[in-house]
Amino acid sequence: MTECRPKLAVMKFASCDGCQLTLLDMEDELLTIARAVQISHFAEASSSLAPGPYDLTLVEGSITTREDRQRLTQLREDSKYLVTIGACATSGGVQALRNFGSHDEFMRGVYARPDYIETLATSTPIAAHVKVDFELRGCPVDKHQLLEVIASLLAGHRPKTSTESVCQACKRRGNVCVVVAQDMPCLGPVTQAGCGAICPAYDRGCYGCFGPTRQPNPKSLSDHLLRQRLGEVECAMLLHGINAYAPEFATEGQRLWELAGVPKPLHASLHSDEEGAQE
Amino acid sequence: MTATPEQLTIAAKSLWLDKKEFQSFLNVLREGGYQIIGPRIEQGAIVYGPVDRVEDFPLGWTDEQAPGLYRLKKRDDDALFGYAVGPHSWKRFLFPPQLDMMRSKKVGAGWDMEPVPVETVKYAFLGVRACELSAIEVQDRVFLNSTFPDEYYQQRRRDSLIIAVNCTMAAATCFCTSMDSGPRCRTGYDLALTELIDGYVVEVGSVQGATLIERLALPTVAAVQEERAEVARRQAVEQIQRVLDREHVQSTLKQRLNHVHWDDVAARCLSCANCTMVCPTCFCSSVEDVTMLVDQEVVRQRRWDSCFNFDFSHVSGGPVRDQTRSRYRQWLTHKLTTWVDQFGTSGCVGCGRCITWCPVGIDLTKESVILCSEAGLDKPQDSPL
Repeated sequence: MTECRPKLAVMKFASCDGCQLTLLDMEDELLTIARAVQISHFAEASSSLAPGPYDLTLVEGSITTREDRQRLTQLREDSKYLVTIGACATSGGVQALRNFGSHDEFMRGVYARPDYIETLATSTPIAAHVKVDFELRGCPVDKHQLLEVIASLLAGHRPKTSTESVCQACKRRGNVCVVVAQDMPCLGPVTQAGCGAICPAYDRGCYGCFGPTRQPNPKSLSDHLLRQRLGEVECAMLLHGINAYAPEFATEGQRLWELAGVPKPLHASLHSDEEGAQE
Repeated sequence: MTATPEQLTIAAKSLWLDKKEFQSFLNVLREGGYQIIGPRIEQGAIVYGPVDRVEDFPLGWTDEQAPGLYRLKKRDDDALFGYAVGPHSWKRFLFPPQLDMMRSKKVGAGWDMEPVPVETVKYAFLGVRACELSAIEVQDRVFLNSTFPDEYYQQRRRDSLIIAVNCTMAAATCFCTSMDSGPRCRTGYDLALTELIDGYVVEVGSVQGATLIERLALPTVAAVQEERAEVARRQAVEQIQRVLDREHVQSTLKQRLNHVHWDDVAARCLSCANCTMVCPTCFCSSVEDVTMLVDQEVVRQRRWDSCFNFDFSHVSGGPVRDQTRSRYRQWLTHKLTTWVDQFGTSGCVGCGRCITWCPVGIDLTKESVILCSEAGLDKPQDSPL
């Protein structure tokens, strides 16, 4: 009986575990999920860890070490569907800020004994290394979208996650625009919906947790924020946050750093395994 | 709707509602079984929501608006309706942003489908402006005057009471005078108020309105109050500065599909869909089946959608309008020109919401002037997508 259920694995790379917790937090749905799938490997939930192959692998975290890169290659081979969950796995996460800075400097700033640390100079999304079947955005991912992904893949169709802007969810919810009414910096117009526009509902600008929309126009937004007298550095930091390494946010953030007189070039050959393997 | 002779007689006599009696007026509406939706302050703006008491209203507040900018400002009086329009429109009650339409459950080899019953709710919309009456009329054409009327809209529209308020001031973004949709409320209301410092001139527009207001046994308005109301209403007309050359744009914009200025707008447009969300006439929605995990249950949901979404025009092979330029062009040409071909009226009522609530302040009255100009028309016309 149990063997008929699809095997689910939840795997972690460089991340905070928040996205896995979203799965664990589904108190009302977790038993249903457990009936629908066989949870083979989910270290956050159980110490019983079954080896692959898996039917559906949810991958959290970015690639920041050589070992992780090797582990990922094996995991891809072991997985029928490989789905990334969250900003780290999808765009490199907040730790991808090091892609714009000096890796050595970060290490010296953070660790008492940086010589104990062995890591790549970059933090890169899963799709930079292996084929990904579906990328679920968010920091953390949204519970409903995660359920949609699991349910869709089990049913054999493409998950329906909207590529609309946060603004649309914000307006449906009846929020008043914080940019227009309160001059607040907000990434909503260039960020993909999924969170239900939580931050603007509580008088906060959007942090861009769900990454860029399809064809975003971050330059127009930051030009506007600069006209509203937001500093170039603040504006750059807004874009270079949780999804700093998402291409559209990366480029616009770099333009703003440049304007601020603090250029932040990306590491050369960021996607090259050879280069990244050094250090 | 055409007024019956009875309605016309009613409409001939305006009444006087003293400011002190306003709460009694609200009570009469409540006793009539209505849920009153009116202006209230939330998150730094005047929005529409449940109101029961005078204190719920934006007493003594007004709005200051400009492209991409909205601010609440204190007035030097205690007006309840001393503002223009905010980010909400009445469409969120007549055409809700999200609606469950049907639930289906797998039973044996088949599916058991059950429509979600239309929720019966009687709204009294209090504070509907002339431009908004026009907007409701525009949406009526879409949702009611079609082969397949929208039953959700139909029910809410039929059961709701409309209490209009004539504008006595205008925002810098208003241009209803250009669109022939205001600021004077002419038709489509049950009651219409003009606010003065000490009370309201009440015009009666329907039998329902007459029946309700009868309970307050209001006196007929004095000639001097009528005159003061007229002066107050004229003030709104005089304050309107913004202009859109409706006829010219209607006839010209379609000849400008390849104008270079579309690129200029596209460089600023965020394609975020805010303009369509705040627009009181935009009516697009998408319907999606939301699957539950194993219970084999599906909920069919309708949600506001927008022509600014990349996936909106997705057909086999990809989206038809795959650039911001073509999406903005689609929206503006539909709103100002092809809407007329489709529904016999403009899709724009001049409320100015799309100007104020565009996060980067794109102003259709300015853009359309440039787009209609000969300058920049250096390429032959391409397909109208």
